[in-house]
Amino acid sequence: MKIDWAALGSVFGVSLVVTVALVALFTLGINGLSRQERAAAEGRSAALAVTGAYACFAACAAAVAYGIYLIMA
Amino acid sequence: MESFSLILAIVVVTALAFDFTNGFHDTANAMATTISTGALKPKVAVAMSAVLNLVGAFLSVEVANTISKGLVDEAGIRPEVIFAALVGAILWNLLTWLVGLPSSSSHALMGGLIGATVASAGFGAVHGDVLVTKVLIPAIAAPLVAGVAAMFATRLTYRLGRDADGKASAKGYRAGQIASAGLVSLAHGTNDAQKTMGIITLALVAGGTLAPDSDPPMWVILSAGIAIALGTYLGGWRIIRTMGKGLTDLRPQQGFAAQTSAATVILASSHLGFSLSTTHSVSGAVMGAGLGRKGGVVRWSTATRMFVAWGLTLPAAALVAAVAEWVCGFGDWGTALVAVFLVASSAAIWKISRREVVDHTNVNDHDVSGEEPSGVVTQAIAAVTPPPAGTVGEEATAGTAGEELAAAIPAPAPTDPASPPARTTV
Repeated sequence: MKIDWAALGSVFGVSLVVTVALVALFTLGINGLSRQERAAAEGRSAALAVTGAYACFAACAAAVAYGIYLIMA
Repeated sequence: MESFSLILAIVVVTALAFDFTNGFHDTANAMATTISTGALKPKVAVAMSAVLNLVGAFLSVEVANTISKGLVDEAGIRPEVIFAALVGAILWNLLTWLVGLPSSSSHALMGGLIGATVASAGFGAVHGDVLVTKVLIPAIAAPLVAGVAAMFATRLTYRLGRDADGKASAKGYRAGQIASAGLVSLAHGTNDAQKTMGIITLALVAGGTLAPDSDPPMWVILSAGIAIALGTYLGGWRIIRTMGKGLTDLRPQQGFAAQTSAATVILASSHLGFSLSTTHSVSGAVMGAGLGRKGGVVRWSTATRMFVAWGLTLPAAALVAAVAEWVCGFGDWGTALVAVFLVASSAAIWKISRREVVDHTNVNDHDVSGEEPSGVVTQAIAAVTPPPAGTVGEEATAGTAGEELAAAIPAPAPTDPASPPARTTV
């Protein structure tokens, strides 16, 4: 009986890293947007926060696109 | 389609019925978290999942082409064997749906194939080591991998996002959940609709209608995709309730972390060649997300029932399939008897499910303190145990179930406008 520990290990590692990284990115994006929301309420602008937020969301969208590519491959 | 024998037609219809049960059984995997956190309205969620399942079915035929390879010797496969396997898998899917427990449809199908093969060709035809590496290890690994990832992701999103609040945050988590749930739906359509395509193709090859090594014909792809999408749209509300509300109480952040973890695990595992069950991954992710929030709890009694169901999936489906194959062995009337038994017990299970209807209107009403869930489960198990475990007196069981069917027909439950998740599926 041959259990493919290497494959299982890499599934574990990749899943952990990718999930945590994606969720972190997305949360940072949400942080940026909610900072902008507060800034707008106080009449300030938060251009940097918004740019950062959209950069984060773009990275997440790229990950989703890669996921769809994997499904089709 | 010229030389289309009756048994082949029965196998195709049964395979599509299995595909249909697969659809409503696994809606929860994609949509339980979005429904329970309120990111999508229940009906919208299942509609979206159904469409993505259908789309997914057309994306690739890779899985269909490798189905069942390695687990059993294809030489022993006759259409009757596949039919018996499907009977076992369908009944197990319906039974677990009735008690509202998520379990792997793939394991049910594999169990059915193993049981039917053993009954037809003996234990030698099953590769025990493949069983361990393809079924047992993944069943333990999937919830652990997805759970650990979801737990860390939940902790992280709570810590990083502690300053985030207001509309932007709510909207953001909603969008994130929908995106990850969509990805799971798409992956499910590709994987599970293809399993049915693979089964039908295998039957067509075994019956001599298709040349060996052919790709699934277009009508097979189309009908398999439609069957799974219809099943998904009906929604396995009982299982959605267990997964979304029963295991733990999910907040949007947790739903997002859980669904993202599940999507990642499913894609990573199928891409890196260590296939993990979608159901196991999602259940594990939901529990991990439950543990990741401060003050979050996992209801271990529900989880334990679910684990028991996972453990039973393969042997139970195998047992039913083996009995079905044995009865089929008596000739055409045996096959007919099994078909009648399948229809009758499906109808019986559906009838029992009407005693306590779970649909899109009450899918989120999980009463934590009440004894309602265990009461229903015990009652349901008590009520349905005899038919599937009917090793003795198959004919007698089929007879009683048939009477129940006759009783069930004049009462099509006109009181409920929502479509019943499990109509007589054949």
